[in-house]
Amino acid sequence: MANHSTNEFKGGLKVMLDGDPCNILENEYVKPGKGQAFNRVKLRNLITGRVWERTFKSGESLEGADVLELDMEYVYTDGDMWHFMKTDGSFEQYAVDKKAIADVEKWLKEQAVYTVTLWNDNAIAVTPPNFLELEVTETDPGLKGDTAQGGSKPATLSSGAVVRVPLFINQGEILKIDTRNGEYVSRA
Amino acid sequence: MTRMDTFDDWGPSATVETLRGRARRIAVIRAFFAARDVLEVETPTLGHGGSTDAHLDSLSLLATTSAGRERLWLQTSPEFAMKRLLAAGIGSIFQLARSFRDGEVGARHNLEFTMLEWYRPGLALDALIDECDALIRDVLERDPGPLTRRRYRDLFRERLAVDPFTTPLETLRQRAERHGELPMQDADRETCLDLLMSLVIEPELGRHGVEAIVDYPAAQAALARRRIDPEDGVEVAARFEIYLQGLELANGYDELVDADEQAARFAADNRQREAMGKPMVDVDSRLVAALEAGMPAGSGVALGVDRLIQLALGKDTVAEVMAFSTPRC
Repeated sequence: MANHSTNEFKGGLKVMLDGDPCNILENEYVKPGKGQAFNRVKLRNLITGRVWERTFKSGESLEGADVLELDMEYVYTDGDMWHFMKTDGSFEQYAVDKKAIADVEKWLKEQAVYTVTLWNDNAIAVTPPNFLELEVTETDPGLKGDTAQGGSKPATLSSGAVVRVPLFINQGEILKIDTRNGEYVSRA
Repeated sequence: MTRMDTFDDWGPSATVETLRGRARRIAVIRAFFAARDVLEVETPTLGHGGSTDAHLDSLSLLATTSAGRERLWLQTSPEFAMKRLLAAGIGSIFQLARSFRDGEVGARHNLEFTMLEWYRPGLALDALIDECDALIRDVLERDPGPLTRRRYRDLFRERLAVDPFTTPLETLRQRAERHGELPMQDADRETCLDLLMSLVIEPELGRHGVEAIVDYPAAQAALARRRIDPEDGVEVAARFEIYLQGLELANGYDELVDADEQAARFAADNRQREAMGKPMVDVDSRLVAALEAGMPAGSGVALGVDRLIQLALGKDTVAEVMAFSTPRC
């Protein structure tokens, strides 16, 4: 992979740091009145998800990381691995392990399209779509005529996630959920 | 919807209202110097010599001139040409000069920016600090808090419990490594100090008023005279920097007037550039010749106008006070 110098660092660039692929989030150029300039860089470690703050001397470089983000459809799980398929018509499948699927497990829905992050052709992370339509599999019975009032109750969804929903929602309804914060948006 | 959202890429990076505020501040600067009988000058943006400073990257271009095809350097500040005017006996001068520094891009930097530079033959460095403070107050149009002077050495002692002049290099490296989370085992003294200054000290400077930092390490003299600090007997650079709200605003020197010393510093800079793998910069031999002819002793200062206007107008970035910052140029 090519090397990237600090002045090429910008949000979204993928680089290797301490042996792990990282996504650059922010790059701030700092310089004393006279003298050596530095770059304060925020990076997300794509393996652990942790955000690192590091300093580099301006002009230093990091090796680029062979990271690809591809759209893939969720197909099925065999219990150990989760299987995704490319949407480019190639039907090529990638198996994702428990560590990479992490807490996205509760947002999996067959045929929905996820962003799968590949590093050296191995899946290291999965990002769900921002909004998913999921069925309520379990919740207390809905309260009729309570559509205008506030108040909420827990509901279990077909993917396994538990979210707070308004009191009028019933079992079997399809809901639109924001996966970024796990909040109910509307009836689908 | 904010004003910025209504524009596509063609629109200015500052609002029209901000540009009016900027124009008024520029008028304040001109009035400030007119009242003090300091002459406004204009010097070339392109020069046969560029800044050799190892930590400044100059832009250059090839131009066809009466001498044929030659390389000219976009000036990183109007310093060299203004000093040649001083040697010609012009007296006190100021300039609002467009200056260029390659790679300097960020919230407080822009590839090209407006530098206010002024020179006061015969004036002591300390008196120039007061003048600088007075100008800052005029442009801000409010009281930013009292002016204080702090020695570089005292800052490091108080904020970091290290002495920039005497603490062993190994200790400085460890401190820099801890604060910057980067390997510093090969770093020299100045790099360690620059890192600690930029990351730890600078963000806290000027929180309660205008803060002037004085008596820098001799190695950071740039084009300032060196002198012996009467308090501790160590050699320091007769230089100051002015900070307000964590922003470095100005950089002043008791100007080096010794031609041989100037030539030696240019050569040392280019050797350092070579060691760092940076391109050589053509030396401004006319500046050395001007110093040989004799430049009056005195002090001079360069002030980042965009940053000062940014503070005056309460903006977060220099781009917000520029018509078109580099990404939109």
